Amino acid sequence: MGMLEAILLTVATAATPLLLAAIGELVSERSGVLNLGVEGMMIMGAVTGFGVALTTGSPWLGVFAAIAVGALFSLLFAFLTLTLVTNQVATGLALTLLGLGLSGMLGEGFVGRPGVKLTAIDIPVLSDLPLVGKLVFGQDPLFYVSIALTAAVAYFLFYTRAGLTLRSVGDNHGSAHALGIRVILIRYLAVMFGGACAGLAGAYLSLVYTPQWVENMTAGRGWIALALVVFASWRPWRVFAGAYLFGAVTIGQLHAQALGFGIPSQLLSSLPYLATIVVLVLISRNRRLTMVNTPASLGRPFVPDR
Amino acid sequence: MTKTLTTLAAAAALTALGASGAAAQDATKACYIYVGPIGDFGWSYQHHQGLLEVEEAMGDDVETAYLESVPEGADAERAIERFARSGCDIVFTTSFGFMDATNKVAGKFPDVKFEHATGYKREHPNVATYNSRFYEGRYVQGVIAAKLSEAGVAGYIASFPIPEVVRGINSFMLGAQSVNPDFKVKVVWANTWFDPGKEADAAKALVDQGVDIITQHTDSTAPMQVAAERGIKAFGQASDMIEFGPDTQLTSIVDDWGPYYIERVKAVHEGTWEQHDVWAGMAEGHVVMAPYTNMPDDVKQMAEEVEAKIKSGEFHPFTGPVNKQDGSAWLAEGDTASDEELLGMNFYVEGVDDKLPN
Repeated sequence: MGMLEAILLTVATAATPLLLAAIGELVSERSGVLNLGVEGMMIMGAVTGFGVALTTGSPWLGVFAAIAVGALFSLLFAFLTLTLVTNQVATGLALTLLGLGLSGMLGEGFVGRPGVKLTAIDIPVLSDLPLVGKLVFGQDPLFYVSIALTAAVAYFLFYTRAGLTLRSVGDNHGSAHALGIRVILIRYLAVMFGGACAGLAGAYLSLVYTPQWVENMTAGRGWIALALVVFASWRPWRVFAGAYLFGAVTIGQLHAQALGFGIPSQLLSSLPYLATIVVLVLISRNRRLTMVNTPASLGRPFVPDR
Repeated sequence: MTKTLTTLAAAAALTALGASGAAAQDATKACYIYVGPIGDFGWSYQHHQGLLEVEEAMGDDVETAYLESVPEGADAERAIERFARSGCDIVFTTSFGFMDATNKVAGKFPDVKFEHATGYKREHPNVATYNSRFYEGRYVQGVIAAKLSEAGVAGYIASFPIPEVVRGINSFMLGAQSVNPDFKVKVVWANTWFDPGKEADAAKALVDQGVDIITQHTDSTAPMQVAAERGIKAFGQASDMIEFGPDTQLTSIVDDWGPYYIERVKAVHEGTWEQHDVWAGMAEGHVVMAPYTNMPDDVKQMAEEVEAKIKSGEFHPFTGPVNKQDGSAWLAEGDTASDEELLGMNFYVEGVDDKLPN
């Protein structure tokens, strides 16, 4: 396996959890709900995925359980913010704190136990192609899921009627409501989709990335996913680009260090953040387009009979 | 949340203390501040094991509390002060970055004892410092690495460029050079103590660049797993990580804080606690090598011999002649480094192929 191929593979592994979590949050935000609980939902997915996979021996059961728990956990957020109309920012932060603490408690028995790994697929001949073989045909299944999800969300949001409805709810919930669209229901579904994706991203961490359970293992990836959504101005393929750019610079700087370029490592470590922000700000620099893309009702509470 | 829960528990304990002062006087309250989660299976995990040993050894004579994942910064001071206020008799702050916060709070609470791990500042009579000579273990690792590596290059995943970490790299390098003078070490700074994903990425980058042995100075088991997956060898960190690499782990430097914690909490309980600065190593049992595995018998034997020599004091890992990275002389033939030099170490020894970030 050549060096370039090896690097590209690692980049995909680093980018996939970010992409999964960000694409879910994008749908939630497009419907007008800002859920800062991504980190919390992600870590709940990680502990559930690990635990279920370890006890049943099946990583796939772990993946599905993580998706379910992510969705359920976000349902709690949806109930509080949509039905009880609590503040979305505060509730989202609380969800993150709750997730980090609860996962630590639930995962106490899993610490120090090697997990079950979701193995990469292997297509004879194709996987052995030079350079692209492993990259295109020999990755873990969730990698393909993340790409498919991005495509599906991009198609859904911009080429389907349901997607248009979801965006209209996010842009102006008052008008959408007046047109007879069930704003709250749509937001519930969007938030739960976001939760499911975050749960899946968590499972990716504990079943593929580093198949083990340790507390706080998300290490801030939920926050990076959140930032990616904003800097990508709520466009699915830009989120994809942002996640891969972030992954590429993260991996690239580690290689630069190992090669001994003599650049201060603190600077190198901050590069992924700098590069991602700069590039995404540049591609989103058209203010008019950005305004069009920003969900106008984002974070605003909605009470139907007002 | 766990943090909040513990805080609530601390607050509840404070109330209880006010209600029944007599009962509380019997038990000594030992409190711990951890930089990572107790479930990291590394640094903080081992400190917490120490706390559990204290509980077991002292039973009703001790009451414990801990705060985990406390960031090294302004939050640390608040956390330490909260403990000091809530009736703790002794507070252990278990990360280098808590140094200034510990001393600051200690000045305000002269009746509470403070013990800071891996630091060197004792600005008040109620502050003690303690540390372990992990570099002794790293020297042994270097010897093993140079004996086993076919590539002649080891990968080193480092956290932050503080003396503790730099000393480890140097000691590893000297150990390796004692076997193979041309041995190389590739250093990658993760700039974090704990991020399994990033540590794994660093390990992958090193393997892709051709190292065939990995050692780490970060806290998670992720690098060990990557090494196992890629079929190379690795050294564990802080705890015995053999479960994560049954065919991979060569040995691990295990931090055994239990005996020290028991001794110090007992001293507070009996009123004999005094300020000190302890830097104990293999000889005192603070630094323990996990069983030597996955290596030929002759290498194992050699490792055991080196370990025994360090343990008995016959050999010091930093024994001259040693040059600094730039080639200037540091230790003359037969000289050994003083503790002061080791504690403030901010330079590489000759042969390390990395530029030290400052």
